[in-house]
Amino acid sequence: MHRTGELYGQFQTLEQQKESSTLGMWIFLVTEVLFFGGMFTTYTINRHQYFAAFGIGSNTLDITLGTVNTIVLIFSSFTMAMAVWSAQTGKKKLVPLFLILTLGLGTVFLGVKAVEYKQKFDHHLIPGRSFDVWYQVDNAKPATEIEKKQLETEREELHNATLTDPDIQSHAQLYFSLYFAMTGLHALHMIVGAGLLIWLLRESLRGRFTPQYNTPVENIGLYWHFVDIVWIYLFPLLYLIDRHK
Amino acid sequence: MNDTPPNPEHQLPDRHYLSASYRAGLRSWFLTTDHKRIALLYLASVTVFFFIGGVFATMIRIHLLTPEGALVSPETYNKLFTMHGVAMIFFFLIPSIPAVLGNFLIPIMIGAKDLAFPKINLLSWYIYIIGGCFVLYSFSTGGLDTGWTFYPPLSSIYSNSAVTPAVIGIFINGFSSILTGLNFIVTIHTMRAPGMTWFRLPLFCWAHYATSLVMILGTPVVAITLLLAGLERMFHLGFFNPSMGGDPILFQHLFWFYSHPAVYIMILPAMGVISEIIPTFARKPIFGYSFIAASSIAIAVIGFLVWAHHMFVTGESTYAALAFSFLSFLVAIPSAVKVFNWTATLYKGSISWDPPMIYALGFIGLFTIGGLTGLFLACLGLDIHIHDTYFVIAHFHYIMVGGAVMGYVGGLHFWWPKITGRLYPKALARFAAIVLFVGFNLTFFPQFILGYLGMPRRYHSYPPEFQVLNVLSTAGASILALGYLLPMCYLTWSMRYGKVAGPNPWPATGLEWKTDSPPPTENFHVTPVVDWEPYDFRHRPDLGLAAGAPLAPAHGDD
Repeated sequence: MHRTGELYGQFQTLEQQKESSTLGMWIFLVTEVLFFGGMFTTYTINRHQYFAAFGIGSNTLDITLGTVNTIVLIFSSFTMAMAVWSAQTGKKKLVPLFLILTLGLGTVFLGVKAVEYKQKFDHHLIPGRSFDVWYQVDNAKPATEIEKKQLETEREELHNATLTDPDIQSHAQLYFSLYFAMTGLHALHMIVGAGLLIWLLRESLRGRFTPQYNTPVENIGLYWHFVDIVWIYLFPLLYLIDRHK
Repeated sequence: MNDTPPNPEHQLPDRHYLSASYRAGLRSWFLTTDHKRIALLYLASVTVFFFIGGVFATMIRIHLLTPEGALVSPETYNKLFTMHGVAMIFFFLIPSIPAVLGNFLIPIMIGAKDLAFPKINLLSWYIYIIGGCFVLYSFSTGGLDTGWTFYPPLSSIYSNSAVTPAVIGIFINGFSSILTGLNFIVTIHTMRAPGMTWFRLPLFCWAHYATSLVMILGTPVVAITLLLAGLERMFHLGFFNPSMGGDPILFQHLFWFYSHPAVYIMILPAMGVISEIIPTFARKPIFGYSFIAASSIAIAVIGFLVWAHHMFVTGESTYAALAFSFLSFLVAIPSAVKVFNWTATLYKGSISWDPPMIYALGFIGLFTIGGLTGLFLACLGLDIHIHDTYFVIAHFHYIMVGGAVMGYVGGLHFWWPKITGRLYPKALARFAAIVLFVGFNLTFFPQFILGYLGMPRRYHSYPPEFQVLNVLSTAGASILALGYLLPMCYLTWSMRYGKVAGPNPWPATGLEWKTDSPPPTENFHVTPVVDWEPYDFRHRPDLGLAAGAPLAPAHGDD
């Protein structure tokens, strides 16, 4: 179909085109909700079944990095919303600026996530043969008194959990399988989002988005917010439940 | 025979979506964004998978000629029925009517130039092909033996066959289905021509709207489920592995959450086809338009709430089973609404026995048998007896082959003149429809009896007393094969040598019959305005029916 200006040939008017694109994006997000939904269901059922093991799993995650990442992502949603607003109100110079900010924050998030993954790798928490939920407790070298005390609490917790759930190694492994599957899929969505942002950036530098035509900014914004919301659910589910430190 | 009024000699339009004068060459096909050409790409590719699945089916039936198995080893037999299921369900039945007929017709039926997202439409086809390649790779590197249901831990730990590429292929293919559904929903919402209100939509579009709902809500769940199962197999994780704390029953829940509604992805579009054919050849407005439209939506909605009836013998709680049993019975209501309304449309109609009509009548009979035996299976007590027997096989083949494939072949016959601009030999087509009907019943009716007597599904051998019925079934399968090969031959023949059809050969009332056959690339030369009610023959002088003549009944009055 031929394109006249921003209007594709199958549509009669720009309004019709915008309505279709936006509806299409929302439907796509519905499918995404169900896509993640299957994993969330699996997680919920297992969390219910192996509460102790999953609690131990949660406690091994780095709450500081998780919180920082949550803040980074919420802030990126804000800059994304500002990019959409700038496009809609015709502030052409601001659009690329906010897009770069969003992209930067997204990259920070992915970087922090990589650091966290590396930590899990060092602590023998990657599901597989060398998985050992005791490794960190047995091999950490605490520098301060506080850390020493913390380690003792952890050892005690792990010991207690083993009493209630003798097969804690496999069940903690299940937790980490889900942790990597869920955060991995989320990170994959972030990477796709980053690619979309780069495309948006290029088009916005060409000055393509005006108050009359800004559907791509709006729709990619919707996608970005969706990916954020997934994290807003992942963070408490993975990091916060049963954490008592 | 009461054929349609004598037509003047027609000529093909100079410019149409197929003609070389516009755009020629392979490029114009593989990079097309025209929904009609994409539909034909799908037609070719689903036919290939139908053929592959059909070859496996033939081998299964030949193998079962003798009690100890006539053709292959037990291991190969396991692979045959698995690959038959995978090819037929994921790569033929699910895309068949929506991606071929739906793709071709929905924009024309609602008076649009194309689907809302033509590029995404083409992308869907490429995703389908990529997924298909993975599955063909799995088939050709030893095949897989898990059954099309991929239950772990068989699929994740114990199976030594090419499960991983097949799972990846089906995972990828899911997105093709999701994008098709998304495209249809948006198109039906936003692309309707002036005057095409929701309650003037052809029932084919309503059926596809309902189908698309199932596609977008169900497919993502099976995608993630297969992804988890695939990760489990590749990295030895334990999501569904009981020895590592995982839950295999959870897989079944997630799998059937899609795969039961998937049955409605197959049957709803076929019901849409039948709702178009019946009024056309009874020459009467369809009885209870809004009830048929609403029943499509009702089937899609209730269809999401019945999945655990596949799992009555897994030891799920009795109360859950009761609820799922009751909800499964509920599906019968909207299904019966459709059957009764089609029958009521036939009553005192001016029926002409054109080939599509024979398929449609065959559909009604076979679907009714398939649907009623579904109620047997929804019965908690009876299901224990016939679970995993040939009764189940017969039941779902009556729905999927007797229903969905009859609808698909019938729909192809109905819209073939629109797609190609040419007619096929009618007498031969009538003969083929009857062959198909007879062959189908001979193949699958004995399987009801076999199942009731206790022959389990998926076994490569059986006690000798079951041989007579099995031989009957195999004999029927060879007649059935003829019933499929015949249309493939004469439809292909007609593309070149068939009589030119003209815009509205039957005649039918839909908007698609108001444009040329084959339609121009932009579907209509002028954007149409709809000012008539659906399936109304009385106020449509443009159909060329003799003015003042009784529309129904024209013959055989009681």
